[in-house]
Amino acid sequence: MILFLNQLINGLHVGSIYALIALGYTMVYGIIKLINFAHGDILMIGAYTIVVTISFMGWPIAVAIIVSILACVLFGVVIERFAYKPLRSSPKISSLITAIGVSMLLQNGAQLIFSPNPKPFPILLNAPPLNLGPLQISFTTILTFAVAIISMISLQGFVSTFKMGKAMRAVSEDMDAAQLMGINANHTITATFAIGCGLAGVGALLYCMAYPTVSPTLGSLPGIKAFIAAVLGGIGIMPGAMLGGFILGIAESLTKGYISSQLSDAVVYGILIIVLLFKPAGLLGKSVSEKV
Amino acid sequence: MLKIENVNLFYGAIHALHDISFHVAPGEIVTLIGANGAGKTSILHAISSLIPYRDGEVIFSGKKLKKLPAYEIVNMGLAHVPEGRRVFGRMTVKENLDMGAYTRHDTKETHADMQRVFQHFPRLKERRGQLAGTLSGGEQQMLSIGRALMSRPKLLMMDEPSMGLSPILVSEIFSIIREINQEGTTVLLVEQNAHMALSVANRGYVLETGRVVLEGAAKALLNNSEVKRAYLGTA
Repeated sequence: MILFLNQLINGLHVGSIYALIALGYTMVYGIIKLINFAHGDILMIGAYTIVVTISFMGWPIAVAIIVSILACVLFGVVIERFAYKPLRSSPKISSLITAIGVSMLLQNGAQLIFSPNPKPFPILLNAPPLNLGPLQISFTTILTFAVAIISMISLQGFVSTFKMGKAMRAVSEDMDAAQLMGINANHTITATFAIGCGLAGVGALLYCMAYPTVSPTLGSLPGIKAFIAAVLGGIGIMPGAMLGGFILGIAESLTKGYISSQLSDAVVYGILIIVLLFKPAGLLGKSVSEKV
Repeated sequence: MLKIENVNLFYGAIHALHDISFHVAPGEIVTLIGANGAGKTSILHAISSLIPYRDGEVIFSGKKLKKLPAYEIVNMGLAHVPEGRRVFGRMTVKENLDMGAYTRHDTKETHADMQRVFQHFPRLKERRGQLAGTLSGGEQQMLSIGRALMSRPKLLMMDEPSMGLSPILVSEIFSIIREINQEGTTVLLVEQNAHMALSVANRGYVLETGRVVLEGAAKALLNNSEVKRAYLGTA
């Protein structure tokens, strides 16, 4: 029982990070039908920004965190503007290949600047773990879960209350119809990238607090996991990304606890395959059937 | 109010619209009728800047629309109810109507306009919290029209509002088009249902393979032997 609860808590910890990153994939896919393969590398940008600002320049932690999130936002917006926007009306495969290219550019660029050797991620907080009877929950876990949940609730609130948020949903459903409403689709797409990459910045911070080494390929693994989470939940659907992230995290850590660490990825991919066999649109995909 | 002058539009090598010219005067209902593929929808898309056209001009309230992006046109008082309704299926009825008023900042009057839309379409009021994708075809058409009205347009363009609807709903939609017009909105109506369209319109243009082949008062077109033979199914 203790093992189960511990692994469940670990699963929620890593799952909330996957969910945050998955939101970026799903929002971008929802609006321009592009799998942004460079999304994971935005995490790496965020992580290096923290390393540079704190370890090398000695900035205060709070400032460094804000700067690193802004760096992610900036990279996301610039990548969209210069790599994806010119291809918006070309076949989807062109943008997909471009996304892979951007990912390679970022990874190799980071290798050039920071060398391929991993750098330690600075310790951002040092708080005693919380003891709940026989259970010990680290402060990082609590913080990660809280930050992720708050981010997700704010995002849901944003897209359901604010004009810009509703416009994002409208553009992602039907870009032409949205433009007929007077919505500037370009601005909306920029905002989507900014928000998605901002969440990746938050994700980077939380991820590196759990796994504190930073290397140029840091974003690949969480990136691919988050992508799977987004597909599992139904790509393009925001609650799906969150659900997928948590399922993935919990499945992964339960496998690690009960079966074997090496099998955890196999189980994750296995779940994806089984879900897609029965629900090709993902768990929450196509929940509303549109009448024509 | 709206003037189209010698518009030519190409899809790749295909010359889809040939020197299209027509006009809509304030207060009128003007209809464009013609068979599938005659270019009716392309004309509306060109007016709304959804597709670029090679030459010619679209002039609305004295302003040329050619270079304007699609999202700026609604602000000038020109709303477009697209073919196939194109409601936002995963948004509620109310949110769809909010999107129609996206460019407006006069909250109070926007609210009053929403009440007016609900008067035209009481069904939408009943279902305002429901996802638009779960509405019936007729309700979606009403929502699409209501959404366009939320921008308080001077000119409302409608693309095949009768498509796929039962005869009762078709006549309901057409009587609402008449009401909207009587409240002061000019209407440009694209229809395959030529009989219905000509019976509500003041004037009409007949399109064939991207050309205007006939124009005149709607009554005259209804009695025109060629129109009767080709579009009304009566000899």
